Amino acid sequence: MTDIRAQVDALPGLDPRAALLEVNDLHVEFRTRDGVARAVNGVDLRLSPGETLAVLGESGCGKSVTAQAIMGILDTPPGYVTRGEVRYRGVDLLRLPEKERRKVRANRIAMIFQDALSALNPVYTVGFQLAEQFRVHRGMSRKDAKLRAIDLLDQVRIPDARRRVDDYPHQLSGGMRQRVMIAMALALDPEVLIADEPTTALDVTVQAQIMSLLAELQRQRDMGLILITHDMGVVADVADRIAVMYAGKVVEEAPVHDIYAYPAHAYTKALLESIPRLDLKGRPLNVIRGLPPALTDIPIGCAFHPRCAYAREICRLEPAPTYQIAPRRTASCHFVREVLGV
Amino acid sequence: MSDNNVVSTVEAPDVPSEGKLSSLAGDAWLELRSRKIFWIAAVLVVVILLMALWPSLFTSADPRDCVLARKHAGAGGGALFGYDFQGCDVYAKTVYGARDSLLVGISATLIAGLIGLVVGLLAGYFGGWLDALLSRFVDVVLAIPFLLGAIVLAKRLASDPESNGLFAVIVTLGVLGWTTAARVMRSAVISAKNQDYVTAARMLGASPARLMLRHILPNSISPFIVVLTVLLGINIAGEATLSYLGVGLKGDAISWGLAIAEAGPYARTVAAPLVWPSIFLAATVLAFIMLGDAVRDAFDPKLR
Amino acid sequence: MFRYIVRRLLQMVLTFFGATFVVYALMFANVDDPYQVLAGERSLTESQRTGLNARYHLDDGFFTQYWHYVKGLLTGDLGQSLTGRPISEMLSQAWPVTIRLALFAIVIAAVVAVGAGVLSGIRRGGAFDTVTLVLTLVVLAMPIVVLAPLAQLVFGIQLGWFPPTATRDANLYQLLLPALVLGTLVVATELRVTRSSVAENLRADYVRTARAKGLAPKRVIGVHVLRNSLIPVITLIGVDIGALMSGAVVTEGVFNIPGVGFNLFRGIRTEDGPLVVGFVSVLVIVFLVINLIVDLLYAVLDPRIRYE
Repeated sequence: MTDIRAQVDALPGLDPRAALLEVNDLHVEFRTRDGVARAVNGVDLRLSPGETLAVLGESGCGKSVTAQAIMGILDTPPGYVTRGEVRYRGVDLLRLPEKERRKVRANRIAMIFQDALSALNPVYTVGFQLAEQFRVHRGMSRKDAKLRAIDLLDQVRIPDARRRVDDYPHQLSGGMRQRVMIAMALALDPEVLIADEPTTALDVTVQAQIMSLLAELQRQRDMGLILITHDMGVVADVADRIAVMYAGKVVEEAPVHDIYAYPAHAYTKALLESIPRLDLKGRPLNVIRGLPPALTDIPIGCAFHPRCAYAREICRLEPAPTYQIAPRRTASCHFVREVLGV
Repeated sequence: MSDNNVVSTVEAPDVPSEGKLSSLAGDAWLELRSRKIFWIAAVLVVVILLMALWPSLFTSADPRDCVLARKHAGAGGGALFGYDFQGCDVYAKTVYGARDSLLVGISATLIAGLIGLVVGLLAGYFGGWLDALLSRFVDVVLAIPFLLGAIVLAKRLASDPESNGLFAVIVTLGVLGWTTAARVMRSAVISAKNQDYVTAARMLGASPARLMLRHILPNSISPFIVVLTVLLGINIAGEATLSYLGVGLKGDAISWGLAIAEAGPYARTVAAPLVWPSIFLAATVLAFIMLGDAVRDAFDPKLR
Repeated sequence: MFRYIVRRLLQMVLTFFGATFVVYALMFANVDDPYQVLAGERSLTESQRTGLNARYHLDDGFFTQYWHYVKGLLTGDLGQSLTGRPISEMLSQAWPVTIRLALFAIVIAAVVAVGAGVLSGIRRGGAFDTVTLVLTLVVLAMPIVVLAPLAQLVFGIQLGWFPPTATRDANLYQLLLPALVLGTLVVATELRVTRSSVAENLRADYVRTARAKGLAPKRVIGVHVLRNSLIPVITLIGVDIGALMSGAVVTEGVFNIPGVGFNLFRGIRTEDGPLVVGFVSVLVIVFLVINLIVDLLYAVLDPRIRYE
């Protein structure tokens, strides 16, 4: 098997000077027996090399589905991309035939998942699953591929890599398994890494290790990183920009410091206010009342309005347009000024 | 520890006040109702039940009214399928055959179910040495090849030449067939046992018996029911097999298996005495297995 | 791993004793006249009684008899059938054709079950799947007492495609129809297990990872899904081999094949106690050994259970 790298470079429309990754007006729906669940309703994202974009939101807000749509691994049926583009260096991946699209996967855009125990194949060794990438995509021999696998394990700081390479996933600890997943994703030197809740299943101390490993690898490779999470604490240290999602839409996007200091959307603000703080000890915790809407039944108007402290009549009737409130900030709220407090 | 409690401003969503159990059963019934295969099976089962309970509804002939002179005569004179080698009305025999087949099937399944339930429940709930002991017991029963064990046992139980073998066959099938039910029950109990609601009940002081009967049993019963439905089909087939081999129902009992055995040697000349009991037998077994399938699919949340 | 094997061997031994004891008890315990049981329906002379007593220790207690029996079994002495022939000789004559029949049946059943099962599992709900499911349902429901005679009638006699009976030295073609019939005992469950295993594994997380790795669907299914899916199937097939060897009673009877099942059935019919007990004991051992091998195979295939 030949080396795929050259084939990817030959993709029609590929422009090395175009934006690394661009998602425009993405819509994804799931057609189920209980109705159509609109999981993603017009998401726009942008990513540059070396940049970390955190996608933040509650369970069910559509962040994982967005990631899967970018990768092209949505379960179709029941999931369908109904509108939008996903442009990698100018090439719209959604319009590529599957065979071509597959070349981009793992070679240019890679993904890691939340639970490494179930995400790794239990009946093959870790080395096999790593080496597979080299054998399939680079045409390497078994021996060479295995050497590269050991090298990868070293890169992700797994001790005693030479021995570990023949272990099975269940023989490793949670943190080590996640490192293996990271190694597997980085094997082919992709330009974009999407990490879907990479630390949610891990202990807090291990979380920190994994996040710092990711940060370092990203720096070394000048990779774009999309970090999907619901944990605001994890995000603060690592991200450059944050996109907050709710009910399938990006409701606010801003550089990390700005968003923590001056949230411009009611939801973001409520999220930040609900974080327990040591200096507010003794006071009742703030909670956002209500529940996120069922995706088969998203409210008309602004999806957040039933739970919003700032909601007024117009919020019930019309979805909020996206305001560019600063050079690199957007927010979709009718009352941005009020939320910002200006 | 901080002494302030969380005063939540969240309005808790309405939790349905029905227990887990009834909603699962209710869902299953809705599922079941919508499946074609369930209705086909149900209709077949009802027809067969009718045949077993009121055979006179289906035929006015007497299956035991056998006149040798009519040997292998064709259809006619009210005998839809002709006559067998003894001159008995094939249709009548087939219709009346439903009764004993169903009787044996249901009784044997009840026995097997009871044994399986008790063994599985105890082994799963108590674990430890009791589980080990009971599991070895299961292994022993399983190690004896089913058909061979059945033949030996049935023969032994029916050693009295006067008997028609009914009791022997029922006990044999029941005593040899409970193993799958026990295993299924055991694993359902083991997974139910570890659920939080059981721990909660135990904390509240529930006795083992109460825990087993009120909490664990209802929630482990559905896979067990599925096994029993299929077991019913298997036992009906089992009785036919034993009767065919001469160790099941005998004497003047009427059974599909017996009819098939008797028709065998003459099959080259007349096919009807072989074919019709075969069709009825197969259809009956099919009906129960389809029923079991439909019930299992209805209870399986993963298939929705 | 080693401990696992030792544990299983111990269980095997226990089960073996348990099972043979049960069979022995069924044949011989609590009978009014143990001599009569051994003799079946024949009447015995005084010298025959003495001979039987010497051989089987019938004047001793039941357990002593059992003990002697087991001792004999372990040294390979299966005793004599009431027809006078040594049981081990009868066994060695009956085995080969039964093994060939059972293996033939298993191979056919496995190929059909796995092949169709994988295809159905991949496209659950599709046309192929529905047809296959209906067929397996029908096959599952057909008791062998229905299928064997009918198959013999239709394909052997009326259509004449196959010979209606087979001998001890039957070649593969003669064994084909009986093997097909015998295979129906196991093909339906094997197919269903394959199908649901494949369907379940297709939804597993590691499949999503494999696709994210840019692997082609053929590889995702052929390498990743299959290996996981086939584990329960292969172990089932192993167990089925044991089941078929003893379940061939009806098939061998219908097609007149002088194998283990056939002889055993005749032995039961004629109340040949020693023969029944002898044959069944050997069958139990074979079954247990096959199960042990299957369990070990399972450990080989699934690395997760190797390290318990």
